[in-house]
Amino acid sequence: MSMRMGIAMKRSIVRHWPLYVIISLPTAFLIAFSYWPMLGVQIAFREYSPVLGVWKSPWIGLHQFQSFISSPYFWPLVKNTLSLSVYYIAVSIPCAVILAIALNEVRSVRFKKVVQMFTYAPYFISTVILVGMIQIILSPTSGPLALVFHQFGISNPPNLLGSASGFSSIYVWSGIWQETGYGAVIYLAALAGVNPELYEAAKIDGASRLQKIRFVDLPGISPAIIILLILSVGGLLSVGFEKTFLLQNNLNLSKSEIISTYVYKTGLVNADFSFASAIGLFNSVVGLILISIVNYTARKVSDSSLF
Amino acid sequence: MQSTIRESGQDRIFLCCVYIFLSVILLLIFYPLLYIVSSSFSSAAAVQSGKVWLWPIDPTLDGYVGVFKYNAVWTGFLNAIIYTVCGTALSVSLTIMMAYPLSRKEMFGRGVWIWGILIAMLFNGGLIPFYLVVKDLGMVDTRWAIIVPTALNIFAVIIAKTFFQNSLPKELYEAAQLDGCGDFRFLTRMVLPLSKPILAVLVLWGAVGQWNSYFNALIFLNSPSLYPLQLVLRQILVENKIDYTSMSASMDTQKLVVMQNMETLLKYSLIIITTIPILLIYPFVQKYFVQGVFVGSIKE
Repeated sequence: MSMRMGIAMKRSIVRHWPLYVIISLPTAFLIAFSYWPMLGVQIAFREYSPVLGVWKSPWIGLHQFQSFISSPYFWPLVKNTLSLSVYYIAVSIPCAVILAIALNEVRSVRFKKVVQMFTYAPYFISTVILVGMIQIILSPTSGPLALVFHQFGISNPPNLLGSASGFSSIYVWSGIWQETGYGAVIYLAALAGVNPELYEAAKIDGASRLQKIRFVDLPGISPAIIILLILSVGGLLSVGFEKTFLLQNNLNLSKSEIISTYVYKTGLVNADFSFASAIGLFNSVVGLILISIVNYTARKVSDSSLF
Repeated sequence: MQSTIRESGQDRIFLCCVYIFLSVILLLIFYPLLYIVSSSFSSAAAVQSGKVWLWPIDPTLDGYVGVFKYNAVWTGFLNAIIYTVCGTALSVSLTIMMAYPLSRKEMFGRGVWIWGILIAMLFNGGLIPFYLVVKDLGMVDTRWAIIVPTALNIFAVIIAKTFFQNSLPKELYEAAQLDGCGDFRFLTRMVLPLSKPILAVLVLWGAVGQWNSYFNALIFLNSPSLYPLQLVLRQILVENKIDYTSMSASMDTQKLVVMQNMETLLKYSLIIITTIPILLIYPFVQKYFVQGVFVGSIKE
């Protein structure tokens, strides 16, 4: 049997050799930029020296992890990172669901298209421009927010961008402004897949629009909600570097320093490669544990799970 | 069909609320964009004194003229175009070259590759080991660092593979094979022409992502002459570093007020000018991005 399989295998490879030629180039990229760095993670357990390189630097075991966990930065970093992503998930999923359900109720195709076009557009604005816009709009001296305060007779409005307490809300609500339209697309697709017979049955039973949303729409999209929730929990600790980094300043650093920005600063700015890799690895491992726990719970509770 | 059962009064009130709600959302999304556009065409004095809130006041093109005189912006624009065109071309080619063989069930060892890409999607070495690989390859502070390391997008590979499997019937290959068409020719003559929708999705994804990203440039580039537009924008918009010597027109030192005015206007005009390329392709983007989301959601 194994011989026959061996022959079949050889014949298949010989006959379809072009497939292997084609796939060799992307495979080289996969190895170089995905798998090679995975092997490089070992520097988290070594005392990296640029002269000796990744493979020859001396082993030091878990020292880097211990010094990270016992450092005074550890808890503030974990707390900032977690609170930022939990805040964002808690607001963004309901917002996207509400927008999708509202759009689904609209009967005028034209109105629906216009709303979708505009809510979707901010997704394509780059992070740099978004942060530039945030600075312009929330500026305490000129800009729309200052204007509103002046209208109410308050001449020196608070500097939201320069306050630690304002940071997480700015981060989250600018994200809502930018991404809700895009997030709603997935729920709209899920709503389009709901069995139309359910709506007809609900209609015949005399359900109001609100009841249809409660008893047909929401159960129909709950699997999608759960899967997106699981995915976002896996990324709890890897909340967006790009925007946080740009919004950071000395005044809000106590709240805006998160794990990924800290890794960037210790690793690439201060060149402490081993320490930064250890933090990065800690981050991925915790992410993996979190996603497994949520996935397990979701499967037990609701039958929907990612894997 | 629709009105066989009449809507109750309560339902009409509800629907009315939905329309009002969506209109408010529309305004909230639209207003910041309108404010930036209006300010970019207004005089600096009007913007700073808070007179602009809806339409442009004292219309002028000063901000745009300033942008055109700003050399770093030109360099950034040119670099961004190079990175976007080359990066997208490489990325889409690699995606197809990975996805096409994996969509062919005849390929022996296909399972190994599929596991290989799934593992690479779930795990990564993290920032520092990735940086060290790029550094060891001698790419740091060269254009290659922006184009090559992130070229293979595994998510895109999975979407393209799903598309090839679902939309190209097996019979097509069998027929082509009978006519003496090999795997290479099948890819160029049959698969690519039949896959225009997915190619459009991949190109748009790649191009928008590359145009908007600044992270790779931040970590890999040191020379300002290689900076893409987003990194130049970061200096001007976020860090408020405006280099007046970079403006080709010689300005009198006494014109400090002019400079400060320019600083204000420059930001607004820059935001508009950088977003225009995206705006131009937005109709396609909107059409195909949504399609991409749907293609990706189909399971095997």
